[in-house]
Amino acid sequence: MTFLHRHRWLTPYLLLAPGIAFLVVFFVVPLYYLGYTSLQEGTIQVGYTFNWAWDNYSEAFSTYQEQFFRSLLYAGIATLVALLISYPLTYWIAFRGGRWKNLLLLFIIAPFFVTYLIRTLAWQNILSDDGLVVNALQFLGFVADDGRVLATSTAVIAGITYNFLPFMALPLYVSLEQIDKSLIEAAKDLYASSTKAFLRVTLPLSAPGVIAGTLLTFIPAAGDFINAELLGTPNQAMIGNVIQSKFLEITDYGQAAALSVVLMAVILLLIVVYTRLVGTERLAG
Amino acid sequence: MKHPFERMNDPITRKQLLRRAAAGGITLSVPGLLAACGGGGGIEAEQPAETGATTVEQVLKDEITVSNWPYYIDQNDDATKFPTLEQFEEATGVKVNYLEDINSNEEFFGEIQAPLSRGQSIDRDIIVPTAWLCARLLRLGYLQKLDHSAIPNMANLEDTLKSPSWDPNRDYSLPWQSYITGIGYDPKKVGGELTSVEQLLDPALKGKITMLDSMEDTVGLFLLEMGVDPSGEIDPTAYDEVIAKIQKAVDDGQIRQFTGNDYTGPLSKGDVWASIAWSGDIVILQPDNPNLVFTMPDAGGMTSVDTMVIPTGGDVYTASTFMNFFYDPKIAAQVTAYVNYISPVKGTKEEIMKIAPELVEDPLVFPTPEVLENLYEFNPEAIENVEYQEKWQAVIGV
Repeated sequence: MTFLHRHRWLTPYLLLAPGIAFLVVFFVVPLYYLGYTSLQEGTIQVGYTFNWAWDNYSEAFSTYQEQFFRSLLYAGIATLVALLISYPLTYWIAFRGGRWKNLLLLFIIAPFFVTYLIRTLAWQNILSDDGLVVNALQFLGFVADDGRVLATSTAVIAGITYNFLPFMALPLYVSLEQIDKSLIEAAKDLYASSTKAFLRVTLPLSAPGVIAGTLLTFIPAAGDFINAELLGTPNQAMIGNVIQSKFLEITDYGQAAALSVVLMAVILLLIVVYTRLVGTERLAG
Repeated sequence: MKHPFERMNDPITRKQLLRRAAAGGITLSVPGLLAACGGGGGIEAEQPAETGATTVEQVLKDEITVSNWPYYIDQNDDATKFPTLEQFEEATGVKVNYLEDINSNEEFFGEIQAPLSRGQSIDRDIIVPTAWLCARLLRLGYLQKLDHSAIPNMANLEDTLKSPSWDPNRDYSLPWQSYITGIGYDPKKVGGELTSVEQLLDPALKGKITMLDSMEDTVGLFLLEMGVDPSGEIDPTAYDEVIAKIQKAVDDGQIRQFTGNDYTGPLSKGDVWASIAWSGDIVILQPDNPNLVFTMPDAGGMTSVDTMVIPTGGDVYTASTFMNFFYDPKIAAQVTAYVNYISPVKGTKEEIMKIAPELVEDPLVFPTPEVLENLYEFNPEAIENVEYQEKWQAVIGV
């Protein structure tokens, strides 16, 4: 006690210590090894040596541009679709859910009680070539008679959207739920139409949820490989698939690590641009 | 129309799940791998481990852990028990912890490589990779010598399998089963008979075929089609020609997926009409989809031997005792009658006569000399060729 009294400046650091230790062990150290590995060269047979192999980066970038671009595109579309689905859904739950709110929220999270793999495999059945969904789409003329949904980009994007939807819906719900309803009433008292009240009051106030939701959905979606592997073909391979096979099948650790670093950098860059555009201060609510 | 979740109970889907579950587990170990490669400055090849064959202590452990491929051992009707493993437990008192966690050689190697390279145990006494991977594991010094004195039944090993070039005295390895790679398909959907992998590229089958993601299987069959013997020196131009052909099929959307063991689900459901497949799998799929047939292309089929080896840290005596048990023709016959692959154990045929006589006539389980002549094992050196590997990986999309 006396020691802390004399060194009061230490208190905040001591309180931070567990958090800092966590970050060091689970973020800084792995990140260091990732960077270190990404500059190694070699094969399993001859061993791996660290020799500032910047080739790993140039090669990773030039060879796998297509998969990089595809990952960002799929993740982007999936995020947008998830937002378009989640917004009205959570809006309705937050404003009209009444005493059913918790139950309705549970319905959004319920699929998460089933493992990721099973959920994704279930889509293989749902979208199967002779299945109900595809037959219905063929009847309506959305899919050619000899066409299919499974093993196409549509299936992969649908899978990603479905699997990451709760990451979008939950933060959105929280920020919508927190909106003070009297503000909307006040807007209406001041002769704002419902549309205008929504655009000028509700939407800006829900921005933190939108930002958090899009980040939480986009970041893991861009690195996902399960959906592309189970619901796609080689022509739908994402960067996650490349990293997975580089790491575990070709055991080219150097390039796998370089690809991971590039993916991380690209995502970081996109986030910086995104938050600059919409403003991080909104995250604070 | 079956309810989607009912499907989940199908054995075939379970098989698929196992592969995915393994893939899921792999992601968890990635930081460990990273740490392993970064910290030690790389994995270095070692000389084969020195294990004096004479100093093995002959005491059975209480438990043995075996890693094998899915659906590679006999099961009872509701797939809850492994009868031969239970017989082993009864005979020796050793409990068997049987894992079906090998789904692709490449993936499995990625999983076990990090601890083995540090000389650590992978908590398994026996693993059953394909021969070329066993050869690699031996070269890297990850394997222990068998205790031949505990395996008198080794005398039952088929003569043709007695001395592979990489382990001429079978000091480190014993075959589990051999397989044939060919085409599994539904003749009704395909609209006829398939006799060549070239027919898989017919535009009428666009998007309805899968190929195996293992180079030795898929490229091997296409090389045979071109008249090139994949077990010998492979001409780089012939290899490139095959790669170009498959790449074109990928670009055209002809090939729906490259798969490991998981081609079985879509094939039995009918989403896929024809697959490059392993012989025994198709037999297991037939209860689900009786139309399916397996055929060896006229130009020849690929084959190899999935082989039992003892990794670093495994208990040599207990593992050797296990191997001895499965080299008893009576036991081997029970396994073969269920899995429908090719047994390496002499005398299996006579025992099968007693329990499943119709199998004796099956040329895929007891290959006739004509079939044997038309089977090829991919040149292991070509599998290890980094340039070939990279070209192949580029084709399969990753």
